[in-house]
Amino acid sequence: MSQCLREHSVDHVILERGRVANSWRTERWDSLRLLTPNWQSRLPGFRYETPDADGFMTMPEVIGFIEDYADTISAPVQEGTEVTSVGAASNGFRVATDQGEWRCRTVVLASGACNRADVPVLEQDIPASIHSLTAMEYRNPDSLPPGGVMVVGASATGVQIAEEIHRSGRPVTLSVGEHVRLPRTYRSRDILWWMDAAGVLDERYDEMDDIVRARNVPSPQLVGTPERSTLDLNALTDIGVKLVGRISAVRDGKALFSGGLRNVCRLADLKMNRLLNTIDEWATDNDTNGEVDAPHRFEVTRVPDSPPLEIDLARADADGEIRSIVWATGYRPDYSWLDLPALDHKGKLRHDGGVVAVPGVYALGLNFLRRRKSSFIHGAEDDARDLAQHLVNYLDGRRARAVAALS
Amino acid sequence: MAESKVQNGVNVDALLAAREALSEAPEAAKFNWRASCKWVNGTHSHSTVDGYHGLGEEHQHKTTFSFDADHPAVFASEDNGATPVEFVLVGLASCLTAGVAAVAQNREIQLRSVQANLTGAMDIQGILGGDPDVRNGFSDVKVTFDIDADASQDDIEALVAQSQKRSAVFDIITNPTNVSVEVK
Repeated sequence: MSQCLREHSVDHVILERGRVANSWRTERWDSLRLLTPNWQSRLPGFRYETPDADGFMTMPEVIGFIEDYADTISAPVQEGTEVTSVGAASNGFRVATDQGEWRCRTVVLASGACNRADVPVLEQDIPASIHSLTAMEYRNPDSLPPGGVMVVGASATGVQIAEEIHRSGRPVTLSVGEHVRLPRTYRSRDILWWMDAAGVLDERYDEMDDIVRARNVPSPQLVGTPERSTLDLNALTDIGVKLVGRISAVRDGKALFSGGLRNVCRLADLKMNRLLNTIDEWATDNDTNGEVDAPHRFEVTRVPDSPPLEIDLARADADGEIRSIVWATGYRPDYSWLDLPALDHKGKLRHDGGVVAVPGVYALGLNFLRRRKSSFIHGAEDDARDLAQHLVNYLDGRRARAVAALS
Repeated sequence: MAESKVQNGVNVDALLAAREALSEAPEAAKFNWRASCKWVNGTHSHSTVDGYHGLGEEHQHKTTFSFDADHPAVFASEDNGATPVEFVLVGLASCLTAGVAAVAQNREIQLRSVQANLTGAMDIQGILGGDPDVRNGFSDVKVTFDIDADASQDDIEALVAQSQKRSAVFDIITNPTNVSVEVK
């Protein structure tokens, strides 16, 4: 956004509570790599220089990439400045920070979609003997006590954490709700290559039948590894991870699970196959078939005949099945500092493709903000260009009205 | 929305309009469904359903529906009606079937016939108190749909999967629910 504003000669400042790439430095587990291949890591006028275009950046590499970009575009970042409130003021907005106050005519909310771990209320009923932590607090398996671990949530975060904890010798039970299954590679290309090429990642928010639903789709079961391996539920079953349904309650020290596991897996298989059909049609229409492997389908998700419906958590002794629980149940933005009438009754930001319901306020980096790729690093470019243009028009309109009022 | 050529007898436009309206008025979306039950004799009971609350007011069904429940002769009962657990199967079957029709309408799929057959497996040692490790309820519920429609096998399976995803009774059966029973 800074680069796009500079191209329009709009004077601006970027307020950063920590250092550039702060959440990548402080809020991720140790082994995490990007889910997007290196060739896809591009920002306006900038791309990631690497001999390994198909690899996936580690966190130190991501931090370096974002630092390099900030240097390259000479981004006007003021680090170590935490915003404490944004409210309306005459002629614009008042931004209070721990380093003093700013006045501005427009505000861009680029604080992201993952400020808080979104943990279900039933977490309060977990017995105190269980070591309970969120995926945001989790760093590596060695920080957990020995013994069984329940990972709650089977999206990108949950499946990755489940795998590394299980491999550390702590048997994992994975509580699986609705999820998105994707293979890492399909027909000799990365799945994101296909989704990019076939235009799936460019699908726009105003073309979706149900944008609320599209924005709530969980992150796909993907991992970025040098082996480019697939990490779906079958891969986890193969190494011995135990699958149970969505956790629905904790009663009398027992975790109770939905009996609907089979259906959420069937839904994910069917949805994946619809995507593969789209890819196959695109490959045929674009004469790609000669360059890649033949179409095929993956094994259906194997679900145990009768997955357990309850696990006793109170027995957290040496014989107990579960000693710790990691909540990989999603993230949500924190708008506690936003003193503007921009939130709906559920606390979600009211916006039309990033144009917030309060004129002069914009948002970036939220799930499916303007396009399916909006929450990807490379998705920022198109969104920032669109919103920078809208912001410039807004400033021009204000100026024209001010001039008209004077004459 | 353009007039649909598909006709499964479900007014999808009305349902989608209701969803839209209710997102602005979430209180109106809160419904209370009710049933009353009177003991007749032995295991025989007579239940009625007539009114419910929703959209901020009371409603009446167009007639009072009544249901007799009993246990069969093998339980030394008189078999004056279906067993309560069979009512649960009826609830699940009719909920999923209604869902299939609604989803098909929304996806422009013409249904010709939909048949569901259900089996609830139960070890009655649970309800007889014969074995504390056996649960009272179903150990397993199997639903088999036989659907004839203008759609591929994958699309038909997707109908059935989506119907489960949006089914009230499927949710009630598969997930724990708090139930409070009081005595006046």
